[in-house]
Amino acid sequence: MPPMPERPPTPALLEVRDLTVAYAARDVLSGVDLDLQPGSIVGLLGPNGAGKSTLVRALSGVLGRFAGEVRIVGDDLRSLARKEVARRIAVVPQEPRFEFPFTALEVVVMGRHPHLSGLAFESAADIAIARRALERCGALHLARRPIDQLSSGERQRVVFARALAQQAPILLLDEPASFLDLRFQVELFDRLRELAEEGTGIVAVLHDLNLAAEYCDRIVLLQAGKVFAAGPTAEVLTYKNLTTVYETEIYVDLNDLTGALVVTPLSSRARRRLQESAADAKRLPPP
Amino acid sequence: MNAAHPPASPPAPARRLLLVVVGLSAVLALAIGLSVSFGAAAVPLWQRLLLGGVWSEAQQAILFALRLPRVLTAAALGGLLGVAGVAFQALLRNPLADPYVLGVSGGASLGGVVALLAGAAGLGVPVAAFAGALASLVAIERIATTGGRLTVFTLLLTGAIFNAFSAALIYFLQSVASREELSAIVFYLMGRVPSAGFPTLVALWGAGVAITIALYASARDFNALTAGEEGAQQLGVDVERLKRRTFVLGSLATALAVATAGLIGFVGLVVPHILRRLLGPDHRLLLPAAFLGGASFLVLADLAARTLAAPTELPVGVVTALLGGPFFLLLLRRRGATTMGGGAGYDAPDA
Repeated sequence: MPPMPERPPTPALLEVRDLTVAYAARDVLSGVDLDLQPGSIVGLLGPNGAGKSTLVRALSGVLGRFAGEVRIVGDDLRSLARKEVARRIAVVPQEPRFEFPFTALEVVVMGRHPHLSGLAFESAADIAIARRALERCGALHLARRPIDQLSSGERQRVVFARALAQQAPILLLDEPASFLDLRFQVELFDRLRELAEEGTGIVAVLHDLNLAAEYCDRIVLLQAGKVFAAGPTAEVLTYKNLTTVYETEIYVDLNDLTGALVVTPLSSRARRRLQESAADAKRLPPP
Repeated sequence: MNAAHPPASPPAPARRLLLVVVGLSAVLALAIGLSVSFGAAAVPLWQRLLLGGVWSEAQQAILFALRLPRVLTAAALGGLLGVAGVAFQALLRNPLADPYVLGVSGGASLGGVVALLAGAAGLGVPVAAFAGALASLVAIERIATTGGRLTVFTLLLTGAIFNAFSAALIYFLQSVASREELSAIVFYLMGRVPSAGFPTLVALWGAGVAITIALYASARDFNALTAGEEGAQQLGVDVERLKRRTFVLGSLATALAVATAGLIGFVGLVVPHILRRLLGPDHRLLLPAAFLGGASFLVLADLAARTLAAPTELPVGVVTALLGGPFFLLLLRRRGATTMGGGAGYDAPDA
C-alpha cells in the first residue's frame, strides 16, 4: 500500500454515543458508547443475548430505527447514502447463506458493488482485487467452486475475502471464527492483525475469550444491552468482570510462555476441587 | 504453460452478455421463422428466403394478417413471463417462484371473467383484466407493507391468499353462469395466444422491452440480494426500493401477460431455471436471456398447440404444462450435475 498522504489528525473511524435500540418496546441496546481508531482491534464480548449482534447490525446501518449518535469516519450514519456506508464499513456476517450457486469468485466480486455505479460491469481491476482478497484468505483454490457447495468454514473464508475486496476502512465481524478450525482461526486473526497494522479499524464479536485476549487491543464487554466495561484488553478481562458478566466461575491467568492472558471457564467439578483444596489449606497449619 | 499459446484473456462479463443476447436473438428469430411457416396452411418461409420462391396472395395474407401477429404476440407474452419469473425468483430468493405466485394473476383473471360475464367484447376483456391486476397489485403492496417496509414473507402469503380468494370468486361466478358463459370462461382462463392487433402488439413488445431494461438496471442488486436482505444492504443496496420496484415491475409484466392470454403456466418457472443452469446465476445475463428465451419457448409451444392436433387447436397453456412439467422433473432429477458455464465468466484458469 502506498504511504498515506499527510492529513490533518484522522477522525475516529467510529464514534458511538448513547446508542439505544428497541425491539417491540424492549431495549436491546441502551446507552452504548464505542470508539474505534484506525489500526485498532476492538473485541465485542458478552453472554448470549447481550446485544453484540444487534450492535454490529446497528453500526452497519441495517436497523431502521435507533436513538443516539453513530458517526462513521466523521459523518452521521443517518446522513450517509447506503452505498457510502458500504464503502466505509465491510461486514462479515455470522452465518452467510446464498440461495443461488454463484462461484466463490463471483461472491467476492460482489464486494466491489459499492464502488461500481449504475449499470457498470466490474473492471479487470475489480476482478484482480477480488482475486487478491481470495488469495490473502488462502481461498484462491475455491475461486471457481459454487458457494453453496462449500463447507461452512470455506464459506466463511470466502465471505471474509468479500469484505476485504470491499476495501473499507472499517471491518465488522460477527463471530468470524465460529466455523473455523484452529488453524484457520489463527490465520484469520493474523490477517486481521495485518489489516490493523495497515490502518483498518476492526470490531469483532467474539465468543472465544482467549482469542480476544490474544488479538484485541480493546474490549467492550456487554451485559443485557449495556456496556459493563470497556477499555484496554488486560483491564477489562479480569476475573471480577468476566465472572459477573458470564455468571460463571472463570479463571484468568498469565501464560508463562507468551505472557498472554489465559481465560479458563471452570467446570463445576473443578470448582468443587478448588473449594476442597481451599478447605484443606485452612486446616493445615502454615509451614 | 505453453509460451507460444498464452491463455486467452477470460471473456469479460460484458462480452458474455453480448454473446448471450446475440445467440438467443438468433434462436428467437429461428423459432419465429419456423412458427410462421407451419399451420393450417403451409407458408414455407425458407423457400422464399433461400430458393427465391414466390408466394400466392393467399399465403401472403395468411402470413402477414394472421400468423405473424399471433407469433409475435406469443413472443412478447413469453418474454414478459420469463422476465417476471426471474424477477420474482430474485425477489423471493427462491428458484421455485413463478410470475403467478404474488397474486396479481388472480386479480387479472377475476377482472377478465367479470368482463366476460358483463358481455364485454374485443379489447374489453383484457382491459378489464389489466385493471383487475392493477387493483390487486396496489392492494397487495399496501397489505404487505408494515412500518414503511415491504416484508417478503407477508408479500408471499398475501399473494397466495389473493389467488385463492380470486379463484373462489371465479368458481362462484362459474356456478351461476350459463352454459355458453361457462365455456367462454374456461376457454379464457386456460391460456391461449390471441392474434393481437397492431396497437396491442406494440404495447406488449414496448412494455416487455421497457420492463426488461428497467429490471436490468437492478441486475447487480439482485446478485447482491442472494446474500439476504441485510447482506445486500451491507453491500450498499437500497433493499426497500429494490423490493418495491421488483414487485411492481414483475407484477406489471404478469398483469399484461395474463390480461392478454389468460394463465399460461410453466414459462415463467421453467425458462429461468433452464437458463440459470446454462448461464449461471448472474442476473445481468439471466434477465435479457429470460426475455429472449421465454419468447422462443412460447413461440414454439404455440406452434405445437396449433399443429399437434390439427385441425383442432390445443390451448397453449396445456402444451406448456405438458412440455414443461416432465422437462422440469428431469432437470430436478439431474440436480447436482455440474452447471455448464461459469457465471459471469471472469474465472481465469488457476494455473
